[in-house]
Parts: sequence; C-alpha cells; structure tokens
Amino acid sequence: MSASRPERAGLYYPKLPATWWLKNPRYFRFMIREVTSVFIAIFLVVLLVQLYQLSRGPEAYAACVARLASPGWIVFHVVALAFALYHSVTWFNLTGVVQVVRIGERQVPPILIVGGAFAAWGVVSLVILVFFFTRV
Amino acid sequence: MSEETITLEVTRYRPGHDREPRTQSFTVPYRKDWVVLDALNHIKDRIDGTLSYRWSCRMGVCGSCGMMVNGTPKLTCSAFLRDYHPGPIRVEPLANFPVVRDLAVALDDFMEKLRRVKPWLIRAVEKPISEGEYRQTPAELDTYKQFSMCINCMLCYAACPVYGLQPAFVGPAAIALAYRYNLDSRDEGYRLREPVLSDAVGVWECTFVGECSVVCPKGVDPAAAIQRSKVAGAKDWFTSVLMPWGGRS
Repeated sequence: MSASRPERAGLYYPKLPATWWLKNPRYFRFMIREVTSVFIAIFLVVLLVQLYQLSRGPEAYAACVARLASPGWIVFHVVALAFALYHSVTWFNLTGVVQVVRIGERQVPPILIVGGAFAAWGVVSLVILVFFFTRV
Repeated sequence: MSEETITLEVTRYRPGHDREPRTQSFTVPYRKDWVVLDALNHIKDRIDGTLSYRWSCRMGVCGSCGMMVNGTPKLTCSAFLRDYHPGPIRVEPLANFPVVRDLAVALDDFMEKLRRVKPWLIRAVEKPISEGEYRQTPAELDTYKQFSMCINCMLCYAACPVYGLQPAFVGPAAIALAYRYNLDSRDEGYRLREPVLSDAVGVWECTFVGECSVVCPKGVDPAAAIQRSKVAGAKDWFTSVLMPWGGRS
C-alpha cells in the first residue's frame, strides 16, 4: 500500500505509526489472523514438497517423512495447526456478516449461516478422518 | 467544598505557527451530565476562546463533533465525562485526516469520495412527476435501511488502518452508502457505481479489520457492506467471464 497523496500547505498530515496494531486488541487480533496465513502458506509448500517426493518413489518419500519427524518440524506443524484452526474459526464466524441468504422476503438469520458453515466443516473433517483411519 | 474537576488533554495545532500538533491541558468542572463536547465548550467560553473544533446539533444526528477520545473515534456529544472519570481525558482530532487547526480536520477528501459513489437514486429513465412516487414495500426498505442511517461523521475512517495507510481508499462510509443505493429497489445505478467500487482502491483495498462497524455511532455495518460488495463484484466478474454473451445485465 502506498501512502502518497497531494498535501495542502498549512495542514498537518498525521502518519500512522508502524505500531498502530498494538494500540487496540481488535487490531492486534486482526494482525494475528493475517500472520496465520504465512504459516498456512509454509505448510502448503511443505505439502507440495511431500507430494513431489512421493512422485520420486518410496525411498525419497520415506526420507522426506523422516526429515519432517524432527522436533523443529513437529513444533512448526503444531503451531500451523493452531493457526489454521484460529483462521478457520474466525473465517466461519464472518460468514454470517458477508453472506446474506434470503428465502422469499425473509433473511435467513446470520447465526444459521455461521452454524451451517461450522457443520459443513465438521462433516468434511469427519469424512477425511474416517477415510484416513480406515486406510492406515 | 470546592467543585470537583477533570482534566482534558487537548491537541492544539496552529497552522502557520506549529510544525506539528502539541498537547494542552485544561481543567474543567466535572459534571456527571456533561459530555466531552460540553467540556470543550466550557474551555472555549471560559478559558481559551481560540480553541477550534466543529459541532452543531449536540444530539448525535449531525455528525460534526467526531474526535478521538482516549484514542477511540467518538461523537463528543455522546461521550460522557463520567465514563472517563477520573481522567485525564485525551481529546485529539479524528485520526487519519489532515488537521486544519486544533481539533478540526479537513473534510474535502471524504466529500469527494462521497460524490464519487453517487449516493442518490439513479433511474435509467426518470418517470414524470404526474405518475407518482417510486413505491417500495417494507421488506424492500428493510434490505438497505441500516446502511441509510449513516450521518457522515467519518468515525469509521478514523478507525480504519487501511485508510490511514492508503488515503486513496474509498473507505467505509462511502462504500456503505454506495451499497445502500445499490440495494434500493428504486435505484438503477449499480453499473455507474461499480467502477468506483471495483477499483483497486475500492472494496478490494479493504482487509476486513472490522473496526469501522465497531465505532459507528448509528449501528451501521460498513464492513458488511464492503464484504457483500466484494461478493457481488466477484459474482459479476465470474458471470461476465463464464457467460460473456449475456452475463452483464
């Protein structure tokens, strides 16, 4: 984002300090939410690397999994999981604000939209877990 | 017994004299039924007549007296001293706006943006007055009513870090008002407002901090208006790509 604008003489133009997000707990939570995306992005890159190693054969994949079993990567994945959950929960909480659903002339209460999103998330997660544990 | 007092730390800025704003403390009587604006009026009437700020209705309707009170955008006519007791109370000009003098900020930027989103009913063809008014059902009114409560007080701009970092951002109130007219069953101006809303400094500049809706003194939800405009814009774009022959109405 750029901060350029034509400035008129005589007026005082305030500058937003770099620490603006520390002044209000809601700004802070917003910034935390933004930071969670970085961890999710790194996780996805790791996942792509895993897929690539999988394509190279069982030995390459086993070596990759062995590297990921190191304490550093385990800590990273625990943090990434916590951030992914935080991001998902805050995202679904916002769906009631963003998505307006009307049935006839009546608006569906936002709480139902949010509840539906969480329910769908739960069902999809459950299906993946069942699939994972029945195949392993 | 001496009268109880409270201290206001007020930002002062004299154009042409000061390089940057400074703070001046004033001690005023503490009265439970006084709002910050009453305290400022007391300062102007009894202590320092050069203090500059805007106000008009004193009842949360005109939207003129917005300032930062202890760092939060507030209508000073609705900010009671008792809620900040024992003080001191920091009173600053609205954040993110250029300061004209003391607590008065320049309004030009917001006024220009407001004009740009065409916040009025637009009809493809105006019908003659003899045909009567444009009628609307209560349900049609309900779709946009909360967004029509905006009083242009600009507190949402002062709460928006995106506007603070990117002053070209069209901003919460202007987008909420554009959305209000887009939702209005009597309006046909969506296509005229769309280029302003879908611009890089339109709705897509918003990162959904959400503070605009928190500070709004009239219960408007500009953050919702912006996100819903994003959804509408995205649907529009997909429709135009997938159905180029007839996607655009």
